[in-house]
Amino acid sequence: MKPRNLNILIVGVGGQGTLLASRILGTIALNSGLKCKLSEVHGMSQRGGSVVTHVRWGKEVFSPIVCEGDADYILSFETLEAIRWSSFLKENGHIIVNNQKILPMPVITGKDVYPKDALQILKDKNLSVIEVDGLKLAELAGSSKAVNVVLIGILCAKEKIELNLAKEAIKQCVKEKNLELNLIALELGYNAL
Amino acid sequence: MGSLLLANEAIALGAFESGVKVISSYPGTPSTEITENAAKYDSIYTEWAPNEKVALEVAIGACFSGVRSMCCMKHVGLNVAADPLFTLSYTGVNAGLVVVVADDPGMHSSQNEQDSRYYALSSHIPMLEPSDSSEARDFVKIAYEISEKYDTPVIIRLTTRIAHSRSFVEPKERDEILNKTYKKDVSKFVMMPAMARLRHLFVEKRENDLSRDISLFNINSTLMRSHKLGIVCSGAVYQYVVEASDASVFKLGMIYPIDFESVKTFASKVEELIVVEELEPFIEKELLSNGIKCHGKELFGRQGEFCVSYIRRKLEGIIEEEKSGNKIIPRPPVMCAGCPHRSVFYAIKKLKLKVSGDIGCYALGALEPLSAVDLCVCMGASIGMAHGFDKGNTGEAENMVAVIGDSTFLHSGINSLINSIYNNGTSTIVILDNSITAMTGHQDNPSTGKTIKGDLGHKIDLYSLCLACGAGSVRIVDSYNIQEVISALKEEVSKKCVSVIIARRPCALLNKKYPPAFYIGENKCKYCKQCLAIGCPAIENLGNSVRINRELCVGCGVCTQMCKFGAIISEDR
Repeated sequence: MKPRNLNILIVGVGGQGTLLASRILGTIALNSGLKCKLSEVHGMSQRGGSVVTHVRWGKEVFSPIVCEGDADYILSFETLEAIRWSSFLKENGHIIVNNQKILPMPVITGKDVYPKDALQILKDKNLSVIEVDGLKLAELAGSSKAVNVVLIGILCAKEKIELNLAKEAIKQCVKEKNLELNLIALELGYNAL
Repeated sequence: MGSLLLANEAIALGAFESGVKVISSYPGTPSTEITENAAKYDSIYTEWAPNEKVALEVAIGACFSGVRSMCCMKHVGLNVAADPLFTLSYTGVNAGLVVVVADDPGMHSSQNEQDSRYYALSSHIPMLEPSDSSEARDFVKIAYEISEKYDTPVIIRLTTRIAHSRSFVEPKERDEILNKTYKKDVSKFVMMPAMARLRHLFVEKRENDLSRDISLFNINSTLMRSHKLGIVCSGAVYQYVVEASDASVFKLGMIYPIDFESVKTFASKVEELIVVEELEPFIEKELLSNGIKCHGKELFGRQGEFCVSYIRRKLEGIIEEEKSGNKIIPRPPVMCAGCPHRSVFYAIKKLKLKVSGDIGCYALGALEPLSAVDLCVCMGASIGMAHGFDKGNTGEAENMVAVIGDSTFLHSGINSLINSIYNNGTSTIVILDNSITAMTGHQDNPSTGKTIKGDLGHKIDLYSLCLACGAGSVRIVDSYNIQEVISALKEEVSKKCVSVIIARRPCALLNKKYPPAFYIGENKCKYCKQCLAIGCPAIENLGNSVRINRELCVGCGVCTQMCKFGAIISEDR
């Protein structure tokens, strides 16, 4: 299927590769003739803080950012971040969650406790939650850093986007030496749904 | 072939296509990528200057000499460059000169939310504001045309949401711009009172001429829809407004001076005129003072960024509800695992010293669990503020140190060091020398000795520099060695002279050949939680035990100095 107008929010922890993910999604849109705008985070929040990247696909796109309650998809690279940004999801949107837990500093210092049933909190909100052990699949593909591409694979499967379209975009965005593992990560994600 | 570019990349492309030959800048989020990307073009000489004032002066010299030049900075950088900027307005240019300034509404990575548009107003320099990447490139070309036609510098203003958003840009042919010849002209290039008085008259005339001609540049645009409501806006806000309402829109591409005649024509076609703008009511006040009836700021706040739904709610008069629900655990940014600043702050905290802090990654030392920073105002301020504490003579300076990074020290800390030494100060200054400008994404600086293009430059040696300035004591310590840092701090703080401790270790992100990670030896850990006191993101508290996250640990070994039980073990042992 051809990609349709979509608002996608990519959330995670600084250093998890949200920027590459958004560039791949942007390239998928361009290659299929859609307009696209991306909004990224640079600077201070990249130092292990909560990060969010906005992706908008459409016949015509003005604002580069997705508003609260307006995301068709949230790709969350981390569980707590999925909860933090879940209010951005549309009523019939899907939140794809890598079930990895990265402890924020208040938890590391013992000031706060990481929610035990983090995914349940999302499900209790009646959201469409797609849970995946992205880290395991990424490691299987050859690098723990490929969680971002695993999640893109799941998005493509859910949206029935042709796998080749995503492969082509990855070829355009990823360095030669990392290409192979990222293509494997994509397929693992695609087939995980 | 076109591609999705950040507006920052598009500005660099615009500079290339406009035949720019010299760009001098100081890095600062969200402006850094402009100069970084411009450095990829062989036809543009690009450099990192030690600060924005120097950078603008280099650009001024280049444009006077006859080549098109550019200078890029974040909003607070324009404060540093303001001195040359205001007089540059009087001299005008020879070849074109464009200053790019990036504001940061919402303070994603800044210490204030200042609105740089007022610089245009008070320096009488035209200011353009693009609303996407393609426009950013186009506006660079227009900016150079205006600059040369009207003999004026031109400012291009971005906001974070434009600078760091990607949209489609199709490259165009590069214009081969001939250099202008430099001819000595004291009345134009030497600003002393007698000449400057005449140039001030010129500035006023120039602004009148430009105001009259704005419509020739095809830089503002009108979108006629509803006749009930018209909205005046610019930049990122334009994109939100188009989606948020069906009002007619007047988009200002040139936000100073404003084309009042065109706005008046637009206003006459709608029943109500609203200005939607982030930060201050700049456009609104300009319109009101020119007799154009409008309103806006009473609906929209001065703080933070807008978005489509926010504008929609405000236009519809919906009152914001207080957010309820459970608080989600915050995830503040942290110093990276292996960051050499961490152990220095731990040593400072251990000695209960006050910290006069500065701008850079090490500002994160203010956050828990280190909570070591007392003051942080602007680039280079740590040393001056510590000297002020000293001279206030309240005794509060007895246990204070100024803490500043290598790049920030060379940006503007060095002037303050000279001041403290000259005026018989007694401050202790810690230079956190991680051999890079880290927070903005690893730019070289004079102390690294490498240029932006990766060539060898002349390395400024911080040790000799501080000695040459006359510091009473200068010493180098290893940031990772907590005991060594503690001893140095104790000795230097007690001295009655200006002393400098250079705490040296490269940024952990620069080292790609990490030593093996550490782990917690079984049965050795007593869960005393001492290792948690340094706030390393790789050391996790599991409630009844401690674990080292192998994915994050870079083997710096600082935590092993915290453990009395020898429970933190290197993997290869």
